Amino acid sequence: MKALLGLINLYEDESALGPLAGHRPLAAMPYAGRYRLIDFTLSNLVNADVRTVGVLVRDKYRSLIDHLRSGKEWDLARKRDGLYILPPAHSPAAANGGDIGNLYFNLDYIYASSEDFVVLCGSQTVCNLPLDQAFHYHLSVGADVTVIGRDCPDDWQGPCLTTDEDGQVSALCRPEEPSPYDIQPLGFYIMSKSLMAELVRRCAAEGGHDLFVDGVVKNLTSLKVCVFRHTGYVARIDSIAAYFQHQLELLNPSVWQELFFRYGIVYTKVKDEAPAKYKEQAVVRNSLVANGCIIEGTVENCILSRSVVIEKDAVVRNSIISQNVRIGSQARLSHVLCDKDSAVSAGRCLTGALHNPFIVRKGAVV
Amino acid sequence: MRKKKTIAMILAGGQGTRLGALTKNIAKPAVPFGGKYRIIDFPLSNCSNSGIDTVGILTQYKPFFLHSYVGIGSPWDLDRKDGGVFILPPYTHDTGGEWYKGTADAIYQNVEFIDQHDPVWIVILSGDHIYKMDYSRMLEYHEAKEADATLAVIEVPWEDTRRFGIMNTDADDRIIEFEEKPAKAKSNLASMGVYIFRWQYLKYYLVRDAQVADSAHDFGRNIIPGMIDSGQSVYAYRFKDYWRDVGTVESLWEANMDLLSDRPQLDLHDPEWRIYSVNPVRPPHYAGPNSRINQSMVSEGCQIFGQVKRCVIFPNVMIGEGAQVTDSVLMPGVTVAPHAVISRAIIGPDAVVQENARIGGDGSIALVVQDTKPARKGVRP
Repeated sequence: MKALLGLINLYEDESALGPLAGHRPLAAMPYAGRYRLIDFTLSNLVNADVRTVGVLVRDKYRSLIDHLRSGKEWDLARKRDGLYILPPAHSPAAANGGDIGNLYFNLDYIYASSEDFVVLCGSQTVCNLPLDQAFHYHLSVGADVTVIGRDCPDDWQGPCLTTDEDGQVSALCRPEEPSPYDIQPLGFYIMSKSLMAELVRRCAAEGGHDLFVDGVVKNLTSLKVCVFRHTGYVARIDSIAAYFQHQLELLNPSVWQELFFRYGIVYTKVKDEAPAKYKEQAVVRNSLVANGCIIEGTVENCILSRSVVIEKDAVVRNSIISQNVRIGSQARLSHVLCDKDSAVSAGRCLTGALHNPFIVRKGAVV
Repeated sequence: MRKKKTIAMILAGGQGTRLGALTKNIAKPAVPFGGKYRIIDFPLSNCSNSGIDTVGILTQYKPFFLHSYVGIGSPWDLDRKDGGVFILPPYTHDTGGEWYKGTADAIYQNVEFIDQHDPVWIVILSGDHIYKMDYSRMLEYHEAKEADATLAVIEVPWEDTRRFGIMNTDADDRIIEFEEKPAKAKSNLASMGVYIFRWQYLKYYLVRDAQVADSAHDFGRNIIPGMIDSGQSVYAYRFKDYWRDVGTVESLWEANMDLLSDRPQLDLHDPEWRIYSVNPVRPPHYAGPNSRINQSMVSEGCQIFGQVKRCVIFPNVMIGEGAQVTDSVLMPGVTVAPHAVISRAIIGPDAVVQENARIGGDGSIALVVQDTKPARKGVRP
């Protein structure tokens, strides 16, 4: 049986997340009340029966290691195969920002794995993906590389893949106006391990930084690059506004259903919190509430992560409250993003906007 | 093997007959409680939090669910290289084999297992009690008193004394008399079914009891009274916190309701003494645009569109629009269709309450269970 090796590449642009990403990689960003971004990618992999996953880490990855530990929660703590953390090489070649240095440094490991194919992915795209179908497609069309993408959304201003009539990728461009042939890549692509190794070596020799841009796109004439279209829900976390708005989309039960259950469930680290407690004065509407919360105030259109306390007469609307945050009594919050372990004092009034939420930083007391 | 100072044995073979249909397919320790737990999570978590890492679990009645639930003990951090959890159902040997005939017999039949670990102390626990207790402090007390045996006791209301094993103690809390379910009690100190013994000492009594043909082979009725009668130093360890033996549908419901008070005596949110359990992997629950949820506990994976008041809601429960659920316990996977009305009820795992149905009300607690267990779906429609 042909098998896939998963490589999760944390060489992602996290600058757009400003203060939120300051102390952790994008992959370790909290999401949807009890997850970290990497959980969605990891779950997509294990739900497609991927049994070996390497995580290419870059820097400030302490919180990520703490989250992943042995990989047990994803059933990846195995005697053979399972989860591997691939640390960066501290060499000049690796210092140039892209993933090539790290891939090159870890080629031995990648080669030693028993799988013949590799799926490269990031943690920026939150979706529930049928990766096994994509792999099957890759094999059946005989592609060199299969990129998972979706039809370009109208407001997308980033790079698109242009495809020809056969559905093969012909160029990477930034069109003024995307055509029906244009595909937004979702950061997942499949190829054989030997092709990947060859591309990595060539890029390393020629000074390329990025496997996709310098390895795949520069060789579009010689490679058969196909597209597997994903038609389901996708959230791309490329700005604070996107991080905020996409989470609030989960308040739509059909989005909740699709993201958490469509092709398999989303696994994450277990924290053994008690069920959420609603007290007598609690008023909670259209919200997601994780275990461990204690609610005495009013909560509308919010996501409350584990162990959030909403004190009496506090009113929290359209906000995302991370783990271990306390909202004091009579505080008023609207469009606020509270990072982990922060607190809002009693009576405070904080207001942001949907495209520009008010941010309370990790550990801050306001 | 490193020598173990203390090991615990959890008696988990009971049926819990008075829980009716709830224990048709599972033993009482496996009954769901508190919005996400099974009762056995409490003694197991207590062991783990008390630093006891070797735990035998004695099973007998309908053990399948319990066996798979406990597994290798990792949710309670009891998957250890040296020690850990051991499931101990009755077994046969060269001279035959027998069911566990009583609580003392269950331990007696596992003398070999305990001797393998060669502990100094043995803690005997019941798998079907709900409480948080630091056994290491009881052990300190036991050592300080230089006791042969120590029994945890709790003050119960005088009118309830006839339901318990009652201890009569002297000024130093040394037990001078043990009365099983007395008609007229002299004290209101009830045994909690938590015992500590010096192992070699208990073993002597177990072996002796095994020879007595008409013995019930029960700790409360035979072993403890025997020790007291022969003048051994048996001490009572007073426990003042929350403790419940939920033997009936009514008391199971009540114990769940206890959690809903403003400051419940049993604090499940205490990070210093977590109750561990096998966690279902589910997203945070969703409270719908017209939902009203008050004085309740709600777990992950639920979708609530109706009204919920004074309820304990387990994972993966779906409550439809316009439904009203009050004073009830909804176990995992329950579906309440729109406009159903439920009050004072326990709805068993995976049960479906039809649209516009009326369940419960005044009087005794209604119990609804699913007759046939549907195939467990990973994904809810």
